[in-house]
Amino acid sequence: MPDKEMLVKVRDLKIEGRAGEIWTQIVNGVNIDLHRGEVLGLIGESGAGKSTIGLAAMGFTRDGCRISGGTVEFDGIDLVNASAPQKRSLLGRRIAYVAQSAAASFNPAHKLIDQHTEAPTWHGVYGRTEAEEDAVSLYARLRLPNPDEIGFRYPHQVSGGQLQRAMTAMAMSCRPDLIVFDEPTTALDVTTQIEVLAAIRDIVDRFDTAALYITHDLAVVAQMADRIKVLLKGDEVEEADTRTMLAAPREDYTKSLWAVRSFVRNQKPPAPGNEVPVVSVKNVVAAYGKVPVLHGIDFDIHAGRTVAVVGESGSGKSTLARCITGLLPPLSGSVEFDGVALPADYRKRNRNQLREVQMIYQMADTALNPRKTIREIIGRPVEFYLGLRGEAKRMRVEELLEQIELEPAMFIDRLPSELSGGQKQRIGIARALAAEPKFIICDEVTSALDQLVAEGILKLLANLQDELNLSYMFITHDLATVRAIADEVVVMKAGKVAEAGPKNVMFTPPHHPYTGLLLSSVPEMDPDWLTTLLNERGIDNIGDAASEKVG
Amino acid sequence: MSPVPRIILQRLALGVLTLLAVSILIFAAVNALPGDFAQAILGQSATPEAVEAIRNDLGLNEPALIRYLDWLFGILSGDFGTSYSQIKFVEFSGESAAQGGIANVYDQLVPKFKNTTYLAFVTACIAVPLALSLGILAALYRNSAYDRAVNIATLSSISSPEFFLAYILVLYLSVLGGFFDPVSNINAEMTGWERLTATMLPALTLTLVVTAHMMRMTRAAIINLLASPYIEMARLKGISPMRVIVHHALPNALAPIINVIALNLAYLITGVVVIEVVFVYPGIGLTFVDAVKNRDIPVVQACCLIFAAAYVLLNLTADILSIITNPRLRYPK
Repeated sequence: MPDKEMLVKVRDLKIEGRAGEIWTQIVNGVNIDLHRGEVLGLIGESGAGKSTIGLAAMGFTRDGCRISGGTVEFDGIDLVNASAPQKRSLLGRRIAYVAQSAAASFNPAHKLIDQHTEAPTWHGVYGRTEAEEDAVSLYARLRLPNPDEIGFRYPHQVSGGQLQRAMTAMAMSCRPDLIVFDEPTTALDVTTQIEVLAAIRDIVDRFDTAALYITHDLAVVAQMADRIKVLLKGDEVEEADTRTMLAAPREDYTKSLWAVRSFVRNQKPPAPGNEVPVVSVKNVVAAYGKVPVLHGIDFDIHAGRTVAVVGESGSGKSTLARCITGLLPPLSGSVEFDGVALPADYRKRNRNQLREVQMIYQMADTALNPRKTIREIIGRPVEFYLGLRGEAKRMRVEELLEQIELEPAMFIDRLPSELSGGQKQRIGIARALAAEPKFIICDEVTSALDQLVAEGILKLLANLQDELNLSYMFITHDLATVRAIADEVVVMKAGKVAEAGPKNVMFTPPHHPYTGLLLSSVPEMDPDWLTTLLNERGIDNIGDAASEKVG
Repeated sequence: MSPVPRIILQRLALGVLTLLAVSILIFAAVNALPGDFAQAILGQSATPEAVEAIRNDLGLNEPALIRYLDWLFGILSGDFGTSYSQIKFVEFSGESAAQGGIANVYDQLVPKFKNTTYLAFVTACIAVPLALSLGILAALYRNSAYDRAVNIATLSSISSPEFFLAYILVLYLSVLGGFFDPVSNINAEMTGWERLTATMLPALTLTLVVTAHMMRMTRAAIINLLASPYIEMARLKGISPMRVIVHHALPNALAPIINVIALNLAYLITGVVVIEVVFVYPGIGLTFVDAVKNRDIPVVQACCLIFAAAYVLLNLTADILSIITNPRLRYPK
C-alpha cells in the first residue's frame, strides 16, 4: 500500500539483552516499514526476538534489554531518543498493546471497565462517563456477551477468550494508530481462537488501525496480515506480502517452517479383539470437591498404541490423567492395568504398579527440579524402581540419555537451566523411561515447544514406542499433533467422550458435530480460510457459541 | 453465598481456639516458675505455718486443674482474679486477707492497658503511613541513592538497641532541643494535647524500631510484582510510574504488607517493656515486669493473656483484611 502514509519506520534496529553482567545482542539489525491501516505479521520461533522487536516498535524495552543501535520512528517521532514523558504521552493513546495472556495482563485487583477507561481518562481523550459508554460499544462490537454488564466484572470472572477480546477493546479505547498484538490467541483453544481472530480482524479493519501481529503460527498470520516478515534468532530472514510468502517462500528457513506439519505416522492396525488392553478406563466418574468433572469415561489403550485424548480446556483431559495415575481417586468406576483393577489412590498402589504408569508433563521447566543435575533427575527413578546403584546406575542413566539422543558425556552433569526447551522435554521423557514403564501419559508435551522442536519430540516418542512397545495416552488440544502420532482418538467435551475411534476414521467425514467443529476451527495456511469460513457459517456459528450448540 | 463471611467465621473460631490453647500454656508456664508468693513475701524467717496459711488463703494448695478452671471461668465472667501484691497481710493467720483495699487485677490493668494502647496507636499513626510512603518511594526509585539511603537508615535504626535510640532522641529532642519532656509520666488529669506531647518521645522511638520492617516489606512486595504482565500492560498505557505502583502494584501487594503491619502493631503492645522503662511510661509492660518480680501470679497471667489476645486479634484482623482485599474471594466466579 504505497499510497498510504508511513507510520512506523524502523531502521537497523539492534537490541541487547543482559544475562548476569554480560550484554549480548539479541536483535541484529531489523528494518520495519508499516503504513497506516496496514497489518504486518512478525513470525518466527521462540528466541527469534519477535516480542522484543514488537515492544521496541512502541519505544519500550523490558527490564534487562536495551536498544543499542538503529532508529525507531513513529509518525516522524524518534522513539529511541524520546524522553520518558514524551513516550508516555504516545503509549496507550496512539500506540497500544495486546498481550499474549489476557488473564495475566489484566490487573486482578480492578474491574475490566476501570482498566479500560484508565488510558482514555489519563490521556484526556474522553471523560470517565464517555469512556465507559465507549467501552460498552466496543464490547458489543467485539461480540462479547452482555456488553452492558461484562465490564463490571473482575478478570477472574471472565473466560480466557472473552478476556482476550476485552483486551483488544481496551487497546482500542483511545482509537490508536498502531496496535502491537503479541501472540494474542496462542493461549486459547481452537474454537475460541477463531472467534477472537474474527473480532480482531473486524475491529482493525473498521478503525483502519495499523498493527504488528506477532505469532509463531503461520496459519494464523496468514489470516491476519497483509505482509509477513520472517525472523530467526534476531535476524530478518525475508519479507513479502502474505500471498507471495505462502505461495513462494524464497529462503530455506521459511520453507522448513512451511514444511513442519508434514510428519505423519501411519495408523497401526487395530489390536486383536481378544487382546487384554494395557489400560482400560471403565466408567470413571470424578469431581473436584462438589464440582463434577468427569461423567463416566470409558476407553481402552492397547499395547504399542497411542490414544490421543483431545478437547478444549476444561473438558477434563488432565483430570482423566490424574484419575489414571491415582492422584485423584475417581468417585466411581475403575482403571484396569493388564486386566487387573488398580487401587484408586496412588498411595495404595505397590511400587510395581506405580512403575508401570509414568507421566511426561507439559512444562518441562517446572517439572524438573532446578537444583538437581540430569544425573540425579534420571538416576532417582532408576534407583527407586529398579534398585540399581553405583556403576550399574550410571550405565543405565547413560543408556537412557543415548535413547533420547543426548550425548551422555555432555549432558549428564548439567542442570535443567543449562538446557534448551526441547532438551528439557527429552529429559522429562528419559525420566519416565527410567522406570521401564509399559504405559506413559503425555500431557500436552509439545504445546510449549516450537514446531520444529516439537516435531523432533514426536519423532522420538514414536521411535521409542516401536523399540519398547510402549503405550501412550497423548493429551493434547492440537489436532496437527493428533494427526501426526495417534492410532486412536478420543474426543472429550464437558467431561464426556463425544466421539472415539481410529484416527483415519476420525479424520474422514462424516464427523460427529463436535469433532467437525474442532477440525474446521483449526486455521489453514490459506489466507482466505477465515473469510470463507465466516461466509459459510456466519459469525454466530463459530467459536464458543457453536461449541454450545453442538453440546 | 460469597465465601468471605464463612472464611471470617472460620478464622474467628480458630482464633478463640488458639487463645484457649495459649491460656493452658500460660497457666502451665507460670506455675512452673520456681519459688512461690507466700515464701517470697514472708522472707527467710517465715514459719512454715504462716506460709501454709497464706497458701491456703490464696487457694495455692488446690490441684492445678481446679485452679486453672477457676481462673478460666473467672476470665470468661470478666474476673481476672485478685492481685496478690495488693493484699494487705495484717496478720499472717490469713483471716483478714482478701478483704478491704484489694485491687482487682482487672481494675488494676485497665488504665495501664489503655496507656499502652494509646502509645501503640500514636506510634502506628506515625509509623504506618511513614513506612508505606517510604516503601512505595523506594520501590519507585529502586536501586537509586534514595533507595539505598532509606534502606541504610531504617536498617541501622532497627539494628540499634531500643534504649540507645531512646537516649539519642532524649538527647536531641529533649535535652538539647527542649521540645519534649524526657519523662512520659502521663496521668488521667492531663489534657489531650499534654498527653500527646508527653507520649511523643516513646512513640518516636518506637517508630524508629518498627518502620524498617514494614517499609522493607512494602518495597519488596511491590517490586516482586513489577515483572508481572499486568504491570507491563499498565506501563504500556502511558500512565505515570507513580500511578503504576500505587494503583496497579500496591493493591495486589497488600496481603503481605498488612500481615507485617499486624505483626508490628502486636509488637507495639507486647514488646515495649524497655521503652516504658526508659521513659517511665505507665503502661502494661512496666506492670508486667513488676508483677514478675513480685511473683504476682494473677497479674502475670492476665498480662500474658492480654499479650496473646493482642497477637491473635491483630493477626486475625490482618487475615480478614487480606481476604477482603482479594477480589477473587470477594466475588467468586
